[in-house]
Amino acid sequence: MADTAQNALSGPQGPKPRKRLSRNNILIYGTLIVVALYYLLPLYVMVVTSLKGMPEIRLGNIFAPPVEITFEPWVKAWSQACTGLNCDGLSRGFWNSVQITVPSVLVSILIASVNGYALANWRFKGADMFFTILIFGAFIPYQVMLYPLVIILREIGLYGSLWGLVIVHSIFGMPILTLLFRNYFTALPEELFKAARVDGAGFWQIYWQIMVPMSLPIFVVAMILQVTGIWNDFLFGVIYTKPDLYPMTVQLNNIVNSVQGVKEYNVNMAATLLTGLVPLVIYFVSGKLFVRGIAAGAVKG
Amino acid sequence: MAASRPKSLFRNLNAKIAAIPMILTALVVFTGGTIWTVAYSFTKSGLLPKWKFIGLDQYERLWGSRRWMISIENLFIYGACMLVLSFVIGFILAALMDQKIRFENTFRTIILYPFALSFIVTGLVWQWLLNPDLGVQSVIRALGWESFDFDPLYTAEIAIYGVLIAGLWQGTGLIMVLMLAGLRGIDQDIWKAAKVDGIPAWKTYIFIIIPMMRPVFITTLVIVASGIVKVYDLIVAQTGGGPGIATEMPAKYVYDYMFGGQNLGQGFAASTMMLLAVLIVVIPWAMLEFGGKKRG
Repeated sequence: MADTAQNALSGPQGPKPRKRLSRNNILIYGTLIVVALYYLLPLYVMVVTSLKGMPEIRLGNIFAPPVEITFEPWVKAWSQACTGLNCDGLSRGFWNSVQITVPSVLVSILIASVNGYALANWRFKGADMFFTILIFGAFIPYQVMLYPLVIILREIGLYGSLWGLVIVHSIFGMPILTLLFRNYFTALPEELFKAARVDGAGFWQIYWQIMVPMSLPIFVVAMILQVTGIWNDFLFGVIYTKPDLYPMTVQLNNIVNSVQGVKEYNVNMAATLLTGLVPLVIYFVSGKLFVRGIAAGAVKG
Repeated sequence: MAASRPKSLFRNLNAKIAAIPMILTALVVFTGGTIWTVAYSFTKSGLLPKWKFIGLDQYERLWGSRRWMISIENLFIYGACMLVLSFVIGFILAALMDQKIRFENTFRTIILYPFALSFIVTGLVWQWLLNPDLGVQSVIRALGWESFDFDPLYTAEIAIYGVLIAGLWQGTGLIMVLMLAGLRGIDQDIWKAAKVDGIPAWKTYIFIIIPMMRPVFITTLVIVASGIVKVYDLIVAQTGGGPGIATEMPAKYVYDYMFGGQNLGQGFAASTMMLLAVLIVVIPWAMLEFGGKKRG
């Protein structure tokens, strides 16, 4: 009874108790709704425009909902849109991006998680120094390392190939992922590790049988981080692959910003939506885990 | 386990083997690559890297080029506006979200979603919205306001602000989320104490909460700032550096000279300047943050 009375008086915990429709509340929700509309507007415009025919776009305004819904722009963007080189649409870029993203995500997470595990549980001499360099490396502009990497990849014969790009993504994903895994593994109870050592388990056995099964959430976070990051990459795709291996972002840019021909805004916007679809789906499905992933980038080591 | 293992190269051998990729990355790519680029920025490399020392010639040419000066100016305008605006907007949004509101998840999801999109997608969307014949300007003119002018991307003097609009749309959500996490980390008793003393909420934020959130601000600043220096895709997608060279950025200068202009020396010199810019931000931060403590 006393509890309810008190709750009624003080409201939900927060800085200030207030009535539901106070001026303050109107201000807060009003601002947030206006902001939310502003953020949604571009997405809305793209969806709406991608469903219109070209004549309708020329006449009407871009905020108006389509009078006649057509999915033709989507089909065209997927299978017929032209870059300077070929006219088989974005599907080529999509499959390239899949081919790039899957091995890049797996390799980078495998390497970084083993690194983090070694740093957390098997500290060896000099480990901290390498780790510090690695974290510093996260802040070095990529531009400084672009050309040396071209040389390295050319020397090992992987320049312009899919696996060259996988290596590049693994390298540049390493600092943040290693930090993520190291922090997570350090926070696990050390007794587990010690008990496994006493039972005679070795480096890899402990990793596969104890660390990995216990750390699935952090693996999911790392995966979200990497899939969106690698899918959205543009710079490395342009530099380290050849035109027939270009990822979706590069192909999208080539389609949309190509100078020839009439601009087909509906096809272009459908293409843009298609490219944004993978990270958007991951974002909306993963929800809080995505937030955790980006916040992980912000926590200091 | 043997308690007195000899301290040899073979101790923790598996861990060392497992760390080989990390060691190679740290030493060869990050350290070696950086030193290599800085060293070759003093050479006469053109189409291919060539070890012919010419001192500071590349830098003289760089700082004498109009395009580089505009890139630097743009980076400063974009960087300063981006930092100030995204921090102010991000913090205000976080503060609003922290009022125990309903639908917090919905609002957060909406404000953060652009961050999941690539800069290419962001740049293209805003290229259309700011296109005078298609986007905001044409819509408002069609509503009857014939003289309405809003075409930042086609006016050289203000084109960089058009890029800024897109950058803010994409990046403010991240700052809001980080700030919100910071606000949630603050002891609720502070609020109660401030209320007992009769301090208005806005004063509490400015004089008590923000100073308490200093670490969050600094970390966010470093992340955002090192992201700003790298801005490249957004420009390529939204303006291509145009109109003319009005929205060029240092990162684009580097790419164009290294892989398009076949003038490697210029690319190396420009990227070295970018490195310098980042170091000026990162080193004081690292000393502040990790200087005293042993654990990294």
